[in-house]
Order: sequence, then C-alpha cells, then structure tokens
Amino acid sequence: MEPQIEDSLLIQRYVSGDERALEGLIDKHNQRLSSFIYSKVGNRSITEDIFQDTFIKVIKTLRRGTYNEEGKFLPWIMRIAHNLIIDHFRKSSRMPMFEGADSYNLFSMMGDDKLDAERQIIKDQIDSDLGVLIEELPLDQKEVLVMRIYRDMSFKEISENTGVSINTALGRMRYALINLRKIIEENDIVLTN
Amino acid sequence: MEEIYFDIQGNCRLIKASKPGVDFLLAYSKSLQMTEVGGAYFETHLN
Repeated sequence: MEPQIEDSLLIQRYVSGDERALEGLIDKHNQRLSSFIYSKVGNRSITEDIFQDTFIKVIKTLRRGTYNEEGKFLPWIMRIAHNLIIDHFRKSSRMPMFEGADSYNLFSMMGDDKLDAERQIIKDQIDSDLGVLIEELPLDQKEVLVMRIYRDMSFKEISENTGVSINTALGRMRYALINLRKIIEENDIVLTN
Repeated sequence: MEEIYFDIQGNCRLIKASKPGVDFLLAYSKSLQMTEVGGAYFETHLN
C-alpha cells in the first residue's frame, strides 16, 4: 500500500505547477467526499456534479493563492461540498423535477395530436364517405359547403366568389347541412371516429 | 422513526466519482489560467 502524502505537501506541489499533485488530492479524498455527498443527495449523477463543482472551487482557490493551509484541507472541501448541496436543494425546491416510476410513467400522459394508425384509417374512410355524400347535394349547396369547410373561406368571400349575398350563402350552407343529415339518416350511415 | 432511519441508511454507501469525472477536473485544471489585475482575478481557459 502506497504511503499517504500529506495534503499540505500535495497542495504545495500543485500550487507550484505539478498537475499530478491534484490527481493525488482528488484520489485521496474521492471516496470520502463522494460518499458524503451521496449520503445527502442520494443520486449518483447529482453526486458527480457536486463533486466536480467542489473541486472546481478548490482548483480556483488554490490557483489564486488565497488558500490558507492550516492542515484542514478535508474539512474545508467538505464545507464547500456541504454549501453546494444546500444550493442544490434550494434550486430543486424552486424547480421541482418530476421523475417517472415503473408504476407511473410520465410518457403515458404525453402524446402528440396525431391519430394512431387505426383511427387515421377510420378518419380517411369517413372523409371519403362524406365526399360521396356531398356529391349528392344540389350544385349551389355543394359549392358553398366545399368553399366553407374545405377551403376555409368566410361567408363574405363565398358571397363575392359566387355572386350571391351573404344571407343566400348562409341559407345554402344551412340547407346543405340539413340535406346531408337527411341522406345520412335515410341510409343509416355511421360517421363517427 | 424506523422508516426515517431506514431511508438514511439507504444512502450510506461508499462510492467514488467516476474516472471521466476525475479526468475532466484534471483537464480543467490544466486549461485554467488565472491572471491577476489590480487585485481582481480573470480566468481564461486554453484549448
């Protein structure tokens, strides 16, 4: 077993430019510090983040030359880690994170607005059936209905395009819908998804 | 009370930061340059 080098010596070497001394410091305190952080946060990746942030602070302080060695390196890094753990809990209470579990998965609640394959086939069938029914309507009613429903035109635009008043266009639309319902009822057609 | 004690026990594990995590710190240290200007420190990272 390798003899443990004093923290103060490693710090001295690191400050003088020996990067391997930092590796020695990290290696020496890795398990103790990581286990301490893990005991508070209970999550491996958060532990890793806080461990890194702790040593980033250590590196910066040592590089600035503002670290005052009194043989208390370990309590010092533990205190830094402790403060970072507090920061982590403050942040997570401001931004609560939801984690799914086996019994309750967030993705089961989420979905896009697209239909699944079966519903899409049914919708296509309904659209096609409706197209056949619309063909049965008188030409003037069919014209208004197609402009309104399929081309999304306003009744003002329909009246301008067909050369009739808005009221007439409204009336034709009304009769088109009444007639469509009548055809559907008479033929027992089911148009639902 | 037993439950709380049990929860805390679950977190008492000896673990170590991963090698990539440690390597990152070593690379960070190598790239970091501190410049002091009038008592203020400026950090630069070399690629």
